[in-house]
Amino acid sequence: MADGAAPFWRMKGVSKRYGGVRALDKVDFECAPGRIHAILGENGAGKSTLIKIIAGVVQPDEGQLEFLGQPASFKSPAEATKAGIVCVFQELSLMPDLTVADNICITDPPRKFGLIDYGAQSRRAEELLRRAGCTDVHPDELVKNLPLSRRQMVEIAKALGRKPKMLILDEATSALTATDVAKVYQTLKMLRQEGLSILYISHRMHEIAELADDCSVFRNGRHIETFPKGSKSDDQVVELMIGREYKHVFPPKPAPSARPCVLQIDKLSWNDRLHDISLSVNRGEIVGLGGLDGQGQRELLLALFGVLRGCNGTVAIDGKPQRIASPRHAKSADVGMALIPEDRKTEGLMLPMSVRDNISMAAISQLSKVLVVDRAAENARIAEMVQKLGIKIGSIDDPVATLSGGNQQKVVIGKWLMTDARIVLLNDPTRGIDVGTKQELYQLLRSLADAGTTILFYTTDYDELVGCCDRVAIMYDGRILRELAGAEINEHNIVASSLNLPVERNLQPGGAAA
Amino acid sequence: MRSLKLWAAANNAYFLGVGLCLLAFAVYFGLPPIGALLSAMMDGLNALFPADLPLFTYSPLPFTPNVLNTAAPKAVLLALVAMAQTLPVLTRGLDLSVGAIFVMTNCIASVVISGTPVDLAIGVLIVLFCGTLAGLLNGLVVVFGRLQPIIVTLATGAIYLGIALGIRPIPGGGVDKELSSFMTGLLWGQVPMVLVLLLFVVLFIWIPFRRSVIGRGCYATGSAEGAAFLSGVEIANSKLAAYALSGLFCAIAGLVQTFYTQSGEASPPSAGFYTLNSIAAVVIGGTSLFGGFGSAIGSIFGAFSLRTIVDWLFVFELPPLWQPLFNGIILLLAVCLGAARVFRVRNRLELFT
Repeated sequence: MADGAAPFWRMKGVSKRYGGVRALDKVDFECAPGRIHAILGENGAGKSTLIKIIAGVVQPDEGQLEFLGQPASFKSPAEATKAGIVCVFQELSLMPDLTVADNICITDPPRKFGLIDYGAQSRRAEELLRRAGCTDVHPDELVKNLPLSRRQMVEIAKALGRKPKMLILDEATSALTATDVAKVYQTLKMLRQEGLSILYISHRMHEIAELADDCSVFRNGRHIETFPKGSKSDDQVVELMIGREYKHVFPPKPAPSARPCVLQIDKLSWNDRLHDISLSVNRGEIVGLGGLDGQGQRELLLALFGVLRGCNGTVAIDGKPQRIASPRHAKSADVGMALIPEDRKTEGLMLPMSVRDNISMAAISQLSKVLVVDRAAENARIAEMVQKLGIKIGSIDDPVATLSGGNQQKVVIGKWLMTDARIVLLNDPTRGIDVGTKQELYQLLRSLADAGTTILFYTTDYDELVGCCDRVAIMYDGRILRELAGAEINEHNIVASSLNLPVERNLQPGGAAA
Repeated sequence: MRSLKLWAAANNAYFLGVGLCLLAFAVYFGLPPIGALLSAMMDGLNALFPADLPLFTYSPLPFTPNVLNTAAPKAVLLALVAMAQTLPVLTRGLDLSVGAIFVMTNCIASVVISGTPVDLAIGVLIVLFCGTLAGLLNGLVVVFGRLQPIIVTLATGAIYLGIALGIRPIPGGGVDKELSSFMTGLLWGQVPMVLVLLLFVVLFIWIPFRRSVIGRGCYATGSAEGAAFLSGVEIANSKLAAYALSGLFCAIAGLVQTFYTQSGEASPPSAGFYTLNSIAAVVIGGTSLFGGFGSAIGSIFGAFSLRTIVDWLFVFELPPLWQPLFNGIILLLAVCLGAARVFRVRNRLELFT
């Protein structure tokens, strides 16, 4: 263990930018051996970037790192592992086509005559799995045949096998069952006694209450405060996590009124990612999907748009049950749906093609007469869209790749508005676009809604949920945990709901429509 | 018991190749009960459609060392090139230059293998070295150029063919007679020497590689490159090793070819034929075209089945001109097998990645 003077791990003035976004801003951070240190923060607070820097996945732009009193700069995860820093990543780092034992001993297997000794490797994997508290996985099983919860346990066993001095767990328990979690707690507490330093990222507050010795709150890429567990109430912690500095100007919301229901989702489930989703969205209403990133919001939108196979449950449009089989069906006249996808560069646009081709791509059949595109009608509609959305372009025949991010996003939206969709699904549309374009987008959404369009809006920015939405459904673990409406939609309630904490007023859990 | 079940589950992709290979041999050599069954079937068909000369014939070859030794070289050549193809495919690549390296090493071998026993040994080493170097070059461009393997090897393949033509503008050259007759003969008068060579390659090159950390790195890289990186796998070295070893396998095939033809020929059709068929053999052998799963041993079975099935034409005395058509149908069916995973995809966006 480290002597008192030199801290175990220290980082000073560490910053990291991705393009124009500051993911970490002059962060000072320390942690000690024999303690479990929880890291808290909302989406985009910088938690993931912090651990990626510690684990050597990305390199900081500036600042110093020190490990055991020595300056540390890891060029790759392999170097960090060698130094004794091991990370259990949220996006699992297992190779699906290899066996459990292969995965656990991937870089340093037991060897005989220089070759991998499979027998010894199997025994070692079994021993490590037992230490992690997972005895029901055979070391010879292929990882791709394991359910997600077992994979997470294998991942933990793999980390243990690397003899860490510092162990980082990034949402490592998100898919585990309650009994697994209890076993992982035991293991972590044992490791703490052995003198490991454990960094723990979780959005489950009760886990933090159970495990952590220290807590650090991050917000907007800054380290806000570190405090010993129990010195602050849950409410105080939530207060520390919220409070964004920038405030957008949102168009005013109309008063709630009785409107016909357009999109009725009933008990929708898919694989183990969506569970019994029930939600109704009314004509002219903007309903927000909230919650921490990756709780099933994307899958819900994809399921509605006919991308996912094997969904259970029913979706009714205007009261008529529809089995939406494909995006082509979703955009057809009897459904009238549009999806603004998450990644405009791969799912939204054909980058080398012209603005014209992109913008009329989805509505091309409506613009065609007997297999030939009606150029005059096309030009008129495109001009209308360019004008309506304020897309800044030189010529409509320029490749769409030459436009700025904000203008590209407008082209994606224009493409779908041209289909005259009655239902618009948006998947985090404001990511990576400038503030001015965001404002225009908010105005556009509201004017579409006023004109009678039904909007389901997923965003990772809580500010937008508060500012734009008439109602907000918070998702947690593939379920709709709670619905907020009217004055209940505030940042505190959204953050608290995302963490599965009670909110400030009496809400009926489970999400019956308001 | 549990281990056996898991082993079967992990290896079920190979069953098809092995089964197909056994079936191909059974038909080719008329082994019981397949041979008797087919003879009876042909008799039945002839009775149904009587003609002056029987329309349907089935004359399997006898299973003797000499017949085996005439059939073996073609199969072993394809098996070696298919093994070479397996390695890049395992890392989620594809090598379109395997046929060209094979032809190039054949031409080199037709120049350097003659003289005293020491000269012969040096000549063989030169051939093996050139093949490995060509493979390594592919790997270097793929890894450090961060380019798509299929494009890189399309270009380098043309270069290797060009070199081959430079060495052998017209077919010719030669190889040491004694060495050649030893390598093309029968061991103890029973087993074709090329099969022994193939076994040697499997036991002393493939299996040690498969069991090395770097070999497993190839599987890890092909299975999930991002996860392999996060796990600290040496991705670059694994890929380089895969391509270099691929070149070595091609060079061994080039040597075998030289021993049989006793000359070198820079034949572009031959290069194309071997490249195309190696991909089919890899797929039949159970290796996933999406990387991470498979085995060079499976590819051997794939190559044997492919070669033998095409020779069914002779067994059934069908016109030899049908061979390209028949070969093409078999190739298409084989490649279709690789698309079976599509049925399991639940998120259709994943179909396009």
